[in-house]
Amino acid sequence: MPIYRTTLGGEVFRFSNLAEVMAKATPARSGDALAGLIATSDVERVAAQMVLADLPLKTFLEELLVPYEEDEVTRLIVDTHDAAAFAPVSHMSVGQFRDWLLSDAATPAALTALAPGLMPEMAAAVSKIMRNRDLIAVARKITVVTAFRSTLGLEGRIGSRLQPNHPQDDLKGIVASTLDGLSYAVGDAVIGINPATDNIPTAMTLISMLDDLRGRYDIPTQSCVLTHVTNSIEIINRGAPLDLVFQSVAGTEAANEGFGVTLSMLKEAHEAALSLNRGTMGQNVMYFETGQGSALSADAHHGIDQQTVEARAYAVCRAFDPLIVNTVVGFIGPEYLYDGKEIIRAGLEDVFCGKLLGLPMGCDVCYTNHAEADQNDMDVLMTLLANARAQFLIGVPGADDIMLNYQSLSFHDIAYLRNSLGLKAAPEFEAWLTAMGLVSETGHLLQSDLGAARLLEAAQ
Amino acid sequence: MTDVMKDPWAKLRAATPARIGLGRNGAGLPTGANLEFQFAHARARDAVHSGLDVDALEAELSPFEVIRVTSAAPDRASYLRRPDLGRKLWAGEADKLNARTPCDVAFVIADGLSSAAVQSHAAAVVHAASAKLEGLTLGPVVVATQARVAIGDEIGAALGARLVVLLVGERPGLTVADSLGAYLTYGPRPGLKDSARNCLSNIHGKGGMSYDQAATKIAWLTREALKRGLTGTGLKEESGVLDQENAPHIGEA
Repeated sequence: MPIYRTTLGGEVFRFSNLAEVMAKATPARSGDALAGLIATSDVERVAAQMVLADLPLKTFLEELLVPYEEDEVTRLIVDTHDAAAFAPVSHMSVGQFRDWLLSDAATPAALTALAPGLMPEMAAAVSKIMRNRDLIAVARKITVVTAFRSTLGLEGRIGSRLQPNHPQDDLKGIVASTLDGLSYAVGDAVIGINPATDNIPTAMTLISMLDDLRGRYDIPTQSCVLTHVTNSIEIINRGAPLDLVFQSVAGTEAANEGFGVTLSMLKEAHEAALSLNRGTMGQNVMYFETGQGSALSADAHHGIDQQTVEARAYAVCRAFDPLIVNTVVGFIGPEYLYDGKEIIRAGLEDVFCGKLLGLPMGCDVCYTNHAEADQNDMDVLMTLLANARAQFLIGVPGADDIMLNYQSLSFHDIAYLRNSLGLKAAPEFEAWLTAMGLVSETGHLLQSDLGAARLLEAAQ
Repeated sequence: MTDVMKDPWAKLRAATPARIGLGRNGAGLPTGANLEFQFAHARARDAVHSGLDVDALEAELSPFEVIRVTSAAPDRASYLRRPDLGRKLWAGEADKLNARTPCDVAFVIADGLSSAAVQSHAAAVVHAASAKLEGLTLGPVVVATQARVAIGDEIGAALGARLVVLLVGERPGLTVADSLGAYLTYGPRPGLKDSARNCLSNIHGKGGMSYDQAATKIAWLTREALKRGLTGTGLKEESGVLDQENAPHIGEA
């Protein structure tokens, strides 16, 4: 085992193992403090970052943070590691890898080819010594294209999930919010409902309603009811028109157990959804959600810092060719990400690591009312993530989710990103928006209310 | 795109409390809607950060004896960062609770994440519920500040209570910032898991559970718990007052 030690400013810093180096090298956040893993001073953090920068990337293949025998996520990571894809960077230290990522040598094609060769721990490690601007610059170079009825991740575009939740799953209320979102050109990544009542009959009712709505307007997008993977399997068996299978996942087997999910369940669900063959542009049928802190909150983090565990969740996601992956960055609360600064940092880390590992990574730019954050912080993060070319962001009416009791982005915010940054919706969806008279040729919302009126008319 | 655009949405707006049909200027939120949102957020933040007026609460709880305790979290910032501190008593506080006659039921009021909820609803729920607990012995009402749900375990154990009914301010939303939750725990002692509790949520005046409904459920659960010797996943609430299934679960514990 290597010796993790450095001398800095005349002081010797020693770290007992790789997990401690990783944790102490992590930019400060409340969840690592809660877990007792955080650096005890800013200088100790930099010392850990210096040790980390000098470590060979290969270290992560040799020293597993969570034992192979104990954890199926570790086994997945090790067993699917692509040594040939890793070869171009296999001689590098973590610091050299950072330099390479930022260089012109790391072209979009080179980054795409590299993804299967990277372990999540390598992505997490390099992110810890990258500044926010570095994370944005590299993430922006990475293109991950996925498709179902719309094609996501193409150059110059940003997708959006339309989230029309209602506290009583009221169908009229959900339709009202959906039409509102469509009138803002939101919903090209998915129209996705978090059901208030998490059972199979409710989910089936909602799925059928969304499918009818989509059919009535002939919208080139996909729908999803965010219910447990075992419910989705049953719903498929009962013949409901299910587009995407949803599941929350985490970076350790024990944390996934807390979600009631295993890799074999996900495999079964993936195969079941593929068998329906409902996609027209592609067959990416999975929608995953993750978020820093979920493993710690399930007491299943194995002494690993929350950002590294989060990156490990991406190994679970990429095994099932998802259409979209969403880090719900500020949802879990201030004991994991205390304020706007920590939420912004985490959002950028997650999108960077996800894209680097080859995932269609998006973000729910969000916060709870007990976090030290407000809509201004969300404005900053959404603008940064759009520049980092996140696959998609989430929009809810007026940024206020009345079912989950937290704040995300508004439909207006998605329109702002597209208008101000010159980004467009998915091409199939954009064609539909244009035909409906909702957007101009440049993708701007039209000032005329004709498109919205057409939507409303059909709803009567 | 102002009034002309808004009118067609009126019918849809009636279908949901969601912020739809707000109108727009370019991609911007109109000034009025923007300030409405800021107001709702400010109110929610105030609910989290305002201190509980314990004197006023104690007066409302009369004629109950009230004992005040604080958690191990020294201030709000520590409380928010360290859930573990909010779940246990400050050193020495348990002394205030020891050497009491054991009781069947003790009410504990924890400020939780909304002092506004506790201030508005807790005393009324205690009075309404205790009126339905005839024949059972009630302990003093313990008011715990900077406190989370699990603090009731230590309090109940120190009091020698067979069951604790803990009322707590739930995480405030933009629409409802004063929602109260109730957690019932049989055989309270430190180290219990949340699966060992029964929970009612959304006790508030904006379409939530009324005091009387909450009291009926609390009384039913209390009597069943004492009879069967358990709370938690093994005890399903069947008093049938209202369908709880649609109530969102707010992760306070």
